[in-house]
Amino acid sequence: MYLYSLTLQQATGIVSAINGNFSGGKVQEIVVARGKVLDLLRPDDNGKIQTLLSVEIFGAIRSLAQFRLTGSQKDFIVVGSDSGRIVILEYNKEKNVFDKLHQETFGKSGCRRIVPGQYLAIDPKGRAVMIGACEKQKLVYVLNRDTAARLTISSPLEAHKSHTITYSICGVDCGFDNPIFAAIELDYSEADQDSTGQAAAEAQKHLTFYELDLGLNHVSRKWSEQVDNGANMLVTVPGGGDGPSGVLVCAENFVIYKNQGHPDVRAVIPRRADLPAERGVLVVSAATHKQKSMFFFLLQTEYGDIFKVTLEHENDRVSELKIKYFDTIPVTASMCVLKSGFLFAASEFGNHSLYQFQAIGDDPDVEASSATLMETEEGFQPVFFQPRGLKNLLRIDQVESLMPIMDMKVINLFEEETPQIFALCGRGPRSSLRILRPGLAISEMAVSQLPGVPSAVWTVKKNVNDEFDAYIVVSFANATLVLSIGETVEEVSDSGFLDTTPSLAVSLIGDDSLMQVHPSGIRHIREDGRINEWRTPGKRTIVKVGSNRLQVVIALSGGELIYFEVDMTGQLMEVEKHEMSGDVACLEIAPVPEGRQRSRFLAVGSYDNTIRILSLDPDDCMQILSVQSVSSSPESLLFLEVQASTGGEDGADHPASLFLNAGLQNGVLFRTVVDMVTGQLSDSRSRFLGLTAPKLFSVIVRSRRAMLCLSSRPWLGYIYQGHFLLTPLSYETLEFAASFSSDQCAEGVVAVAGDALRVFTIERLGETFNETAIPLRYTPRKFVLQPKRKLLVIIESDQGAFTANEREAAKKECFEAAGMGDRANGKIEHMENGGGDDEDKEDPLSDEQFGYPKAESEKWVSCIRVLDPRASKTTCLLELQDNEAAFSICTVNFHDKEYGTLLAVGTAKSLQFWPKRSFSAGYIHIYRFVEDGKSLELLHKTQVEGVPLALCQFQGRLLAGIGPVLRLYDLGKRRLLRKCENKLFPNTIMSIHTYRDRIYVGDIKESFHYCKYRRDENQLYIFADDVYPRWLTASHHVDFDTMAGADKFGNVYFVRLPQDVSDEIEEDPTGGKIKWEQGKLNGAPNKVEEIVQFHVGDVVTSLQKASLIPGGGECIFYGTVMGSLGALLPFTSRDDVDFFSHLEMHLRQEHPPLCGRDHMAFRSAYFPVKDVIDGDLCEQFPTLPLDMQRKIADELDRTPAEILKKLEEVRNKII
Amino acid sequence: MQASDRFNINSQLEHLQAKYVGTGHADLNRFEWAVNIQRDSYASYIGHYPMLAYFAVAENESIGREHYNFMQKMLLPCGLPPEREDD
Repeated sequence: MYLYSLTLQQATGIVSAINGNFSGGKVQEIVVARGKVLDLLRPDDNGKIQTLLSVEIFGAIRSLAQFRLTGSQKDFIVVGSDSGRIVILEYNKEKNVFDKLHQETFGKSGCRRIVPGQYLAIDPKGRAVMIGACEKQKLVYVLNRDTAARLTISSPLEAHKSHTITYSICGVDCGFDNPIFAAIELDYSEADQDSTGQAAAEAQKHLTFYELDLGLNHVSRKWSEQVDNGANMLVTVPGGGDGPSGVLVCAENFVIYKNQGHPDVRAVIPRRADLPAERGVLVVSAATHKQKSMFFFLLQTEYGDIFKVTLEHENDRVSELKIKYFDTIPVTASMCVLKSGFLFAASEFGNHSLYQFQAIGDDPDVEASSATLMETEEGFQPVFFQPRGLKNLLRIDQVESLMPIMDMKVINLFEEETPQIFALCGRGPRSSLRILRPGLAISEMAVSQLPGVPSAVWTVKKNVNDEFDAYIVVSFANATLVLSIGETVEEVSDSGFLDTTPSLAVSLIGDDSLMQVHPSGIRHIREDGRINEWRTPGKRTIVKVGSNRLQVVIALSGGELIYFEVDMTGQLMEVEKHEMSGDVACLEIAPVPEGRQRSRFLAVGSYDNTIRILSLDPDDCMQILSVQSVSSSPESLLFLEVQASTGGEDGADHPASLFLNAGLQNGVLFRTVVDMVTGQLSDSRSRFLGLTAPKLFSVIVRSRRAMLCLSSRPWLGYIYQGHFLLTPLSYETLEFAASFSSDQCAEGVVAVAGDALRVFTIERLGETFNETAIPLRYTPRKFVLQPKRKLLVIIESDQGAFTANEREAAKKECFEAAGMGDRANGKIEHMENGGGDDEDKEDPLSDEQFGYPKAESEKWVSCIRVLDPRASKTTCLLELQDNEAAFSICTVNFHDKEYGTLLAVGTAKSLQFWPKRSFSAGYIHIYRFVEDGKSLELLHKTQVEGVPLALCQFQGRLLAGIGPVLRLYDLGKRRLLRKCENKLFPNTIMSIHTYRDRIYVGDIKESFHYCKYRRDENQLYIFADDVYPRWLTASHHVDFDTMAGADKFGNVYFVRLPQDVSDEIEEDPTGGKIKWEQGKLNGAPNKVEEIVQFHVGDVVTSLQKASLIPGGGECIFYGTVMGSLGALLPFTSRDDVDFFSHLEMHLRQEHPPLCGRDHMAFRSAYFPVKDVIDGDLCEQFPTLPLDMQRKIADELDRTPAEILKKLEEVRNKII
Repeated sequence: MQASDRFNINSQLEHLQAKYVGTGHADLNRFEWAVNIQRDSYASYIGHYPMLAYFAVAENESIGREHYNFMQKMLLPCGLPPEREDD
């Protein structure tokens, strides 16, 4: 089996974010690392974050830093990754790519202990960069300019110290003196030797300054001093005239200012009043804001509170350090303060946000200062505060993030044309169930009812130079309605259009006149109001029209074509006639190319299943240039130029090709390339779009022509980052559409459906899915479908949180303390109804924003929820009591059928992971569905001796994985009854799948075990297992002999029982039992074989076999912790395998990954990649320079266009 | 040191041991071996962000806290060293 791996939704979580002016000039941009993807984002004028560029780098990005050479206007990007190389990138605005300026190798690849890449620090003046590892190694590279002002990089200078752990590094701002880097270090050499533990107890973290002597080209340890043992992060303090220089050391509970030859200035970080005493306060992200006159720091703690830190200083003496409570936002991985007054918060889990500064925290608030620091016998006295609503920040945009996807299912629950993806996302109070549908999100601007059922709609401008449309013209069966667009949209009668007849086409013609084509003629309305009417000869009527700004072709009934052109005076002149053999189904003329008099091609679709290209040139007017036969008669035609552009924002770099698109009666969209000179048709491709014939319309998207296809659902064909994408829109069925541009809505679409006129815009291009979110209460763990009622049952659990009742009480107390009694009362009622999940936005203490208050780590909260996804409504929510937490769930039909479908939930009580895994009890709850499955009723609860992490129905009984024991239960009156068990599993069972009499058990550390149950002997036994120790995180049953699994290290793999072994076991009357007794080294007698292996580079948490396109083949879908979705499609032909593996091979050679990791090595990071072709790499083909594309295509004996077509085809098989 | 010494197996090994932390030797005891494995593991968890996030979800802590905890654990990953048997 060969698979094609394709990422459908790139990782949405963020590892690290930096801001600067990467394109040069004043525009503030953000570069974010999403694990293996590097993105360039820019907040636009409306404060919406737009993605400019997104590059998959096939490696793990661990750190990012930006620097600017003195006097330069542009920031460069330094990337620390797992490649063992330092890479410096520059954003190339013209081509919209990252250019690799330097790539210096310093060590082995992989995330290793002593290979640098984990930390990056920049000299604030941009003269040097330090790259560090977790232990020992630190390298300094000197950055400079050569005579041509190009960036140069030196060979590395070592600042190593062995047996030393590095916590953080940063540059020290010392103006134009020798660059200095600071590091928090801990020497462990003595602790490793001393068995008494004294050395370990005395181990002390040090703050060390490394000086780079630019004259001697040498790095030396300049200064080292003890620092608080809780130190975890360093922040550069501005110096060199702008501030006192030195560093801020963020430690657990403290922030300390330190500099060489300066006494420590220490202040305590204020604590939340409700924080348990055992917990410290750790700063997890920091941002600096610097202006000419002032600077301050924003530090965020692990609970989400942001503090503003300011330094009182005179020259380089710091007298006071103040920490003031600023605001609380969800915990971030990185924060970026933009010069334009925005704060970009890259959340560690859940949606990212863009905030606008309303104030900079100058108002009085809870503040801790070094001047008032109190030391008592119990240590330093903390300052307490209570989080409050946002005062200084205002959220203006959100970027959706699925991180982390905990579980996922692809089901067509809503009976739509394509299945929906249900994903459990997020953590704690920011958890949600997200329903993803392939397609682009649209935002509806207006819907208005019309007096009848319209058949068509057009928009027209009054003048070719106008920016906005002037009229919306709607045609009915026997009338035409004209609406003028202004402040409001209203009906007008002075437009000159004939309103007593239906219209066939309405458009701007010439420079400034309007044309209305109706069945009995053409009405030409000149700019000064004069009207010319052209009438059809005899009793014939016009059936079809094709036009552009200067050319009009009409088809009369019977098949006669008449061709008109606009002459110099603006008159519409008849030029030529042509008799077709039969009635014409559709007509299309391409827009007039820039600087030309006319477009050369006319496309005519006929009912005899052909499309003809006719010439419109004066020399060979109405000559047939080419004929294409199609599978069904064409309904609609559209010429669309896939534009040539050397780079630019879309990144396309291939020549212009004109595509003729045809919507056929059988619902297929047929696309073919038209030769610009001869009109010959070649290179056709087709795709099924829906149940009705697609009607094609030209619309404007991002100021370029795109194609809207209206079948049983709307689709948009557009160019994005060099790819032509055909994506469904998440909207209802539309009849007819036109592009729409007005003051309020620059690039919209007006469409008719039923008796309504709808105006909408298309959002966030390039996204594969659009989502609807339903909030949940705690971190979701797993969910199952209640198949009969189509309800979802979700289990949610969180460690270290208070139950809803306790939280409620605490809130009440807090409101009373704050003197907000009135509001609190209303609030509490609300909480009783809905709990923490559906808080309204006005809540001054919404958990979504502030997180749940922390409780002791042995406390658990958990709930079981029955959710109706159609109504987005929770029909039943059971909170578990007494620190019980749910970990597994399944539906089960016991064979006696007394109760029908029951729900089994596995729970653990007071589970703790540290210092040792412990729990007080495990239970299996059995619930009955009541009230049509909308509610649950506990039947009974059975105590078990371990944590039941896996449950599954098996032959009318319940199989449970309880620690290392696989046990079969039957339903009793008061409890579950043990029927059979097998205790021979190595660690902990985390998944169970069954098929016929086979049981596929996934062990948490030891991959899959294939088991069999013998009813006659009532015995469970393992007959095959895997040879690799795989730390399973997800599993899926593929077929009788095959399982798909994913491990903690980011690999996806398939194992299969060899055919002969499988047959033998099925044929053996003892079921392989004799052999079973012959296993070696406690293993099973048979071994499964690994047939597929692929390193995704992200922890996969769910796997499922499904098909996203109706009638398409099935593929394996996966969801990851970083919030990405991908698919593995099995190839069906050997030719395709050959083609793609060669393409992959050439791309590996010609286009190595951006950040220096070898592609093959990355995909084989833990196990050698086997039989998987990386579609993400293949899809980078269109971004290559043209000559490179041609070179690769030549080697494959194809043209670049054919390769693009292949790529498109394989993608269309998946989504 | 003579020129030939540079190429004998012992000095090569010493060179490796100096350059690559964790390179073993013939007298490596169980504790030292375990400490190296643990430190390597923690460094790997820290380096692979998705894994850090995975742990963070399991323990309901922030990723930053999880990072810090793993760094802290690198000091004594396997507890105190056993007492040395002096030969």
